[in-house]
Amino acid sequence: MENKTFTISVYSENNVGLLNRISGIFLKRHINILSLNVSESEIESVSRFIIVVNTTEKWVQNIVGQIEKQIEVIKAFYHVDEETIFLENALFKIESSLLFDEKQIQNIIKESHSEIVTVARDFFVISKSGQRAEIESLYGKLKPFGIMQFVRSGRISVSKERMQISTLLETLQ
Amino acid sequence: MKNNKISGAEAVIRCLLEEGVNLVYGYPGGAIMPVYDELYKFKDQLHHVLVRHEQGATHAAQGFARATGKVGVAIATSGPGATNLVTGIADAQIDSTPMVCITGQVGKHLLGSDAFQETDIIGISTPVTKWNYQITEASEIPEIMAKAFFIAKSGRPGPVLIDITKNAQFDEIEFSYKKCTSIRSYNPKPTLNLEKVKEAAALINSAKKPFILFGQGVILGQGEAELKALVEKSGIPAAWTILGLSALPTDHPLNVGMLGMHGNYGPNVLTNECDVLIALGMRFDDRVTGNLASYAKQAKVIHFEIDPAEIDKNVKTTVAVLADVKESLSALIPLIESKTHESWHNEFKEKYEIELQAVINDELKPKKEGISMGETIEMINKHSKGDAIMVSDVGQHQMFACRYAKFNSTKSNVTSGGLGTMGFALPAAIGAKMGMPDREVVAIIGDGGFQMTIQELGTIFQTKVPVKIVVLNNEFLGMVRQWQQLFFDKRYASTEMINPNFIAIAEGYYIKAKKVTKREDLDAAVAEMMASKESYFLEVMVEKENNVFPMIPTGASVSDIRLS
Repeated sequence: MENKTFTISVYSENNVGLLNRISGIFLKRHINILSLNVSESEIESVSRFIIVVNTTEKWVQNIVGQIEKQIEVIKAFYHVDEETIFLENALFKIESSLLFDEKQIQNIIKESHSEIVTVARDFFVISKSGQRAEIESLYGKLKPFGIMQFVRSGRISVSKERMQISTLLETLQ
Repeated sequence: MKNNKISGAEAVIRCLLEEGVNLVYGYPGGAIMPVYDELYKFKDQLHHVLVRHEQGATHAAQGFARATGKVGVAIATSGPGATNLVTGIADAQIDSTPMVCITGQVGKHLLGSDAFQETDIIGISTPVTKWNYQITEASEIPEIMAKAFFIAKSGRPGPVLIDITKNAQFDEIEFSYKKCTSIRSYNPKPTLNLEKVKEAAALINSAKKPFILFGQGVILGQGEAELKALVEKSGIPAAWTILGLSALPTDHPLNVGMLGMHGNYGPNVLTNECDVLIALGMRFDDRVTGNLASYAKQAKVIHFEIDPAEIDKNVKTTVAVLADVKESLSALIPLIESKTHESWHNEFKEKYEIELQAVINDELKPKKEGISMGETIEMINKHSKGDAIMVSDVGQHQMFACRYAKFNSTKSNVTSGGLGTMGFALPAAIGAKMGMPDREVVAIIGDGGFQMTIQELGTIFQTKVPVKIVVLNNEFLGMVRQWQQLFFDKRYASTEMINPNFIAIAEGYYIKAKKVTKREDLDAAVAEMMASKESYFLEVMVEKENNVFPMIPTGASVSDIRLS
């Protein structure tokens, strides 16, 4: 079975220690988490984990089964890229002088559909949302001018299909 | 106004009483002292057994749980007290044993300060618990304790650890208790899908060579009567995993024996010849399946299981019936046609004859001078008449005990299956006997495992719990030695044991003790042990270099099981 990128979505209670419990499931199987994001979900008091892994479908099924087994997990799903809308966010901190000295930078910002979120005396910050390749391309273009700091978030994604969490929660109540 | 407030520590005790607990195993220490102070006050209602090492508390709680079906409870202090529980917790997790462990923790204001005896037991125990929780406020105690017991015993059972900071034990609360009956994110019993039962029944009814494998799920789900009814109506031969052993009487004519690495010849070979494989409450452990690539590939597989994560985990199923096994079997039995499957049974009988000639006769009626482990188990059968609970440790003696023990009733075989924890049996026997005081409890232990928790002889002496301890002494770590002989060219690296005088040690604890070195003395010694009203230690010197056969070598197929 070939390796693929899977996005695992976990709906859970918001508990101290659950992140440790979930990450342990990957650790036990020696599977690297490519990215991880935890946030609120569309349901009040329910958290949503988005975990990206590269593995086989058999392993992802096994992992999702183990995740769902955790007491505080309401439901877990997995999807391939075609089944989700996903993006990441990146911040680039760059010396302010470059914005004025290097005309090309303004073009790069415009063409990449990124935005300047702040300009200070010494630095300015570009924010770029999009898929990994777009962020990497922007990184490659800005790199020659010097990047003071760079950070990229984990993937966030929503599925194309409906997530039946609300109805599930009603039946569990 | 009357003050109805009680301390968090007292609340812990009241929660245990509310859950029907009247026996706990533990070891005191600084961070759990408020709870021990309350145990002192409540000693008429809640009996605390002082073990000699916290690992012993977990195994005793496991033995209690396995023999009674109730939740076992172990208590320890913070730091080393808590970390010493980990082996038993891991054992309970992999063997689905309901257990609640309570640990003391440093005060909330000291958390994260590397305080004396502070350890992150929540972090440490997370991968080996069904659930764990750190209580830092006394007000959390009733609700969390109720959840702990509900989670430990519901669905597929398992261990829960509750860590309680010292301030939460001292602080006062108004106590009220409500048992937990549901948690919205937790669905312990999947709803039975009757369509799946019908599909399963159709497959079973059309099968020419159906074969039942039953595991501990049948015992945990109290489905023993349904299992018996199913095999009797369907006429289907049934074989067990070592944790399923005793769910069906060993002498039942349709019970064809043990599965797996050292199981019986027929059940293993015929796994690869059956047309429908019916797995009841078992998880296709690698010790049962051997090489999965050549495991029952010809068969359609029906899996009756409560844990969704087990479906298709190791063996791809044709029909999965997700439910409590008692419920699903009750629905299945009326749909099953009454049959006898005579010629199919004859295949098992033929295979048994082969094993009898090649292995069993030699083991039970050995020609060698030294006593065999198998004949010792057979001697215990003779005197227990199959009514004793047998608690075995891990290694060769365990395989002999499981292969040859006779059991008339369920919950009679207590052993460390999944984790293979040496040192399990002695403390587990204490728990089993305390849980089932009217039943005879015999611990079967090797000379290696015995020395891993030998200090629990002190617990036996102090509590006067009348367990019978049989050490099968071959002066070797026998199972490892067997592997060294077969797969490492007899390089016996660190497996030979120079043992102390076990009789003197047992007698040092004022436990009656006897050593048998000759076959002619075995019968009388076992008889004396079984007749003893007190605890009794019997050391049997056995043949040093006997091997357990049959055997499926690692990576081999079940049908390639070796007889020698």
